[in-house]
Amino acid sequence: MVGEGILKGLAETARNFFGSYVSKDRLTTVQYPEQREPQIEATRDFPFLVYDGADWQQGLRCVACQICEKECPPKCIFIEKSKDKKPDAFGKSQFYPAIFNIDISVCMSCQICVEVCPFDAIKMDVDYHQSTDDRFGGLLFNKQRLAKSNEYYNAIHPTEAAAVDAQRAEELAKLEAKAKAAAEAKAAAEATLAQKAPAQPAAGEQQ
Amino acid sequence: MTHLALLMQQLDQIFVLAAHWLLSYLPTALQPLGSAILSVTAIILVFATLFALVTWMERKGLGRMQNRYGPNRVGLWGIFQPIADGVKSLTKEDIVPFTADHAVHYMAPVLIVAASFLGYAVLPMGRNMVMVDLNAGVLFFFAVGSLMELAVFMAGWSSRSKYSLLGAMRAIAQMISYEVPLVLASIVVLMQAGSLSTVAIVNMQAVYSGIWPHWFVLTPWGFAGFVLFMIAATAESNRSPFDLPEGESEIVAGYFTEYSGFKFALFFLAEYIGMFATSGLAITLFLGGWSAPFSFLTWVPSYLWFFAKLLTLIAAFIWVRGTLPRLRMDQLMNLAWQFMLPMALLNLLTAGVWHLMPAGPLRWLVCSIMVVVPCILLGRGLKHKKKLQVRTYHFSQ
Amino acid sequence: MSTATHPAAHFELEPRTGPGIEQLLEISMGPQHPSTHGVFRMNVVLDGERVVRLKPVFGYLHRNHEKIAESETYLGSMPYTDRLDYICPLTNNWAYALAVEKLAGIQVPERAEYLRVITGELTRLQNHACLIGFLMQDMGASGTPLMYAFRQREIILDLFEALTGARMMCNYMRFGGCRVDLPAGWLDQAKRVVADFPRFMDEYERLLVSNEILMDRTQDVGVLSKELAVSAGISGPMARASGVDYDIRKVDRYSIYDRFNFRVPLGSHGDVYDRFMVRILEMRESVGILQQAMRDIPEGPIVDPKTKIRGFRPKPGEAYGRIEAPKGELGFYLVSDGSPNPYRYRVRPPSLVNLTVLEDLCLGRNVADIVVILGSIDIVLGEVDR
Repeated sequence: MVGEGILKGLAETARNFFGSYVSKDRLTTVQYPEQREPQIEATRDFPFLVYDGADWQQGLRCVACQICEKECPPKCIFIEKSKDKKPDAFGKSQFYPAIFNIDISVCMSCQICVEVCPFDAIKMDVDYHQSTDDRFGGLLFNKQRLAKSNEYYNAIHPTEAAAVDAQRAEELAKLEAKAKAAAEAKAAAEATLAQKAPAQPAAGEQQ
Repeated sequence: MTHLALLMQQLDQIFVLAAHWLLSYLPTALQPLGSAILSVTAIILVFATLFALVTWMERKGLGRMQNRYGPNRVGLWGIFQPIADGVKSLTKEDIVPFTADHAVHYMAPVLIVAASFLGYAVLPMGRNMVMVDLNAGVLFFFAVGSLMELAVFMAGWSSRSKYSLLGAMRAIAQMISYEVPLVLASIVVLMQAGSLSTVAIVNMQAVYSGIWPHWFVLTPWGFAGFVLFMIAATAESNRSPFDLPEGESEIVAGYFTEYSGFKFALFFLAEYIGMFATSGLAITLFLGGWSAPFSFLTWVPSYLWFFAKLLTLIAAFIWVRGTLPRLRMDQLMNLAWQFMLPMALLNLLTAGVWHLMPAGPLRWLVCSIMVVVPCILLGRGLKHKKKLQVRTYHFSQ
Repeated sequence: MSTATHPAAHFELEPRTGPGIEQLLEISMGPQHPSTHGVFRMNVVLDGERVVRLKPVFGYLHRNHEKIAESETYLGSMPYTDRLDYICPLTNNWAYALAVEKLAGIQVPERAEYLRVITGELTRLQNHACLIGFLMQDMGASGTPLMYAFRQREIILDLFEALTGARMMCNYMRFGGCRVDLPAGWLDQAKRVVADFPRFMDEYERLLVSNEILMDRTQDVGVLSKELAVSAGISGPMARASGVDYDIRKVDRYSIYDRFNFRVPLGSHGDVYDRFMVRILEMRESVGILQQAMRDIPEGPIVDPKTKIRGFRPKPGEAYGRIEAPKGELGFYLVSDGSPNPYRYRVRPPSLVNLTVLEDLCLGRNVADIVVILGSIDIVLGEVDR
C-alpha cells in the first residue's frame, strides 16, 4: 500500500519518543558537567611523571635517559640532564632530569613514551581539563606540574599500577636478597679471616 | 439554566464579554475601530506566544525522538529558550550583501510577516469569536495566503546570490503547485456547506447526532480531503518533508541564506504563523472548528477545543519532521500533479455522490470505495512507473 | 548521460564565450558546507537544476603525512595512521602493521590475529553505522536516524576506550601483534554489545528500508556500472554494490579470515540504494564474524617476542600491505633502505580512488542528488588528503 513505509517509520519514531520517558536505553544523554560518565580505566590523556614517597624531587623515578624524548613522534618532550646524581628506589646512583618539559598542545596522547620507558617513570594521566587562556606557555608543563605521586597513579589506573608496583617490589626483593646473600658471604668471609688471624700472632708469640 | 451551566457559558464567552466591557468606555463612533484594534492586538499577542511555545515544543519533541533531552538549561525544562533565541536574533549584526537590492531585501520579511498574519481574520476561534465574519471567508484566506509566495520570491531575487536564487525558484514552484490540491481539497467542504463563510461552516459542524458530531472529517470524502489538505499544507509552509527550498544540506538555507539576525527571525516567524493559519483553516473546515468531539463535552469552553486541536496538528507536524527525509524537487512536483490532483478531483466526485444519495450505510460503502480504491490503484501505478521496489540481494559464491 | 554526448561537455569550467553560456550557473559547493563530509569543494556547473560539469577540489586537509613518515621511525608513524581515516583508526593501524610485517618478515601469534579481527570488525560496524546515519542526515531526515546510529557507535567506542585507552586515536597494533591484552571483563562486555546489535539493525531497517521517500531518492540515482567500477579501481562496498565480486578478505585471505564463515553481499544496480543496502548487509555479516571470533579466541602471547620496539631496522626492500578497510582497499607501500626510517611511504587511500568517478555519477542529475551520491561514496577527507 502506498505510504506503508512512511507509516512504519512514524511508528518507530513514536516508540522512541515515548520510550525516552520510560527506559534509560532510549535517553542516552549524560548531563555534563553535573553528571559524569564513570572513568574507563585504560583512558589516556596526557603524560605525567611518577614519584615514590612524599618528596617529589627525591622520589622522582625518571633518570633522564632521554629515550622517550627520542621516540616521541611529534617531539613534544624536552629533557635536560642534571650534572649530579641521586640514589633511586633500588639504591643505585642515577642522573635525574634538571628540566623536563612536555608541550601538551603538541602531544597526541599516543602513549609511545610510556611504552619505551624502562623505568616506569612516565605514565598516562586521565585529566583532560587542561584548557587555559594563556597562549604562550599555559600548555607547556614543567617537571613540577608533571610530577604526581604513586598513590595518584594507583588511584587512576589501579590494575596497571598494581602490576607495576608488584614488579618493582619483586625487583627490590631480589636486590635485597642478593644484597643479603652478599652481606652474609662477606660476613662469613670476615669470620673465617678473623678465625685465622688471631691464631697466627698466638703462634708467633709462643716462639 | 443551572448555575453551573450559566457559569460555563460565561466562561465560554469570557473574551467576548471582556471586549464588550472595554469597548463600552469608547464613544460609539469609535467602537468599530476600537474593536478592530483590540482583535488585531489579541491575535498578534496570542499567536506570537504560541509561536514561541511551538519552537520550544519542537525542539523538545525532536530531541526526545532522537534519544536526547531538548534544551533544558534556560529555565525549568528549557521553557525560556525561545526568549534566549529571540534575544540572540535581535542582537546579531544585520548583514546585507553589497550587491543586493536594498529596498526589496528589506521589504521581503516585512511583507511575509504581514501576509501570514492576515489569514487569522476569518478563523473562528471560539463561539462568536471571529474577528471578521466575511461572506467569502475561505476565498479571502486563500487569496492572502498567496501573498507569502510573492514575499519569498522577493527575498530570493533581491539577495543576488546563487543559493538564494536556487532556493527561491524551488520555493515558488513548490508553493504554486501545492496551492491546487489545497484549494481543491477544501472545495468539497464548500460544496457540502453551501457557503464560503467560515462561521457558517463551523456552525454546520457543531451539531450532534447522539454523541457523534457532524464533523466533515468523519465522512469518507472529508477524511480524504483532510489528508490531502494536510499534505498540501505541509508543502505550503515549507515543512519537512517538503523543505527543499530551505534544504539545509544542499543549498545552505535557500532563499533566506543572505538574511541574518532579526530578519531571519521574521522569516522563521512567518513560516510558523503560516503553518498555524493553515492548520487553523483545516480545523475550521474539517475538524469542526471550536466544537467539542463528543456531545457530553460541550461544557468545556470552545476556544480551549480550538487550541487543543491546533496543538494536536502541530504535534503531528513535528512528528513527521522528525521521521522523514526530504523529497527532491521533481518528486515533490510529481506528487502534487500526478497523485494529489487526480485524488482531489476524484474526491470532488465522491462528495457529489454523497450529497445526492439518500442517507444510510449504502452511501458510506459506495463513497469509501470511491476514495480508497483509486488511491491504492494510483499509488501502485505510479510506483510501477518509477520501478521502485524493495529489493533482495544475493551473496557471492 | 556521459560526458561525451552532453552539449555543454566541452566547456571549460570558467566559460567565457559560446552558445547558451548565459543559461549555465556555476556554483561552488564547499569547502564550508553542511554536508560535504569535511573540507571538500565541488565546482558544479548547472543548467537549471541539472549538473553539466562537476570538478572536485580537495587538498584542504593535506597534512604531509607521507613526508612526515620519512623522518619518523616505523613505530612513530603508527599514531599518524590513526589520523588518516579518522573514523576507522584500527583498520588503518592494521594495514600499516601488515605492510611492515611483510617488509620485515615478522610472524603474528594466534591470539593477536583474533584480537585484530575482533577490533577490525567492530570498526567496520561503527563505520557503516556512521555512514548510514550521515547519509540520512544529508537527505534531510533532521538527525533522527543519525542519532540512533551514533547511539550504537558510542557503545562500540566505549569498548575501544576500555581496550586501547582512546575512543578514536587508538594506536593499538604493533609490528608482530597488538599492544595490550584484553582487560578483565572486556570479552563479556563485547559479546553483550554484539548480541544486542541485530536489534538495532532491525529497528533501523524498519525505520528506513521500505520508506518510499528514501527509495525515491536513492534508487536509480548515481548508477555506477560494473565496467566503470573495475576500470576506475573502485573497491569496497561501492564496487560490490555494482556487482564486482571483490572482497580482499576473500581474495587475499590475509590474517585468519579464511577460518570464518561469512558471506559477501553483492548489489546489481549500482545505485545509491544498493550501496546503502550492501553496507547494512555487511554489518550483519560482521556481527556473525565477531560472534565466531569471540567464541574461538585462544590464549597466548599477543605480540611476537622477537620484535623490538626501539631500534627497529628492517632489511632493505619493499612491501605492499593491503586490507579490506570499511571504505575499500587500504594499502600501504613501504620502501626500506635499512635505516630506522622508511625511504618511501605511500598510502593508497580508498576514499580518493573512489572519489575519481564522482563526476560520472553526477552528470545529468539534480543538485539535490549530488549530496546524496557523495554521501554514498563514503569519503573521509583525512584519507583523501592525507
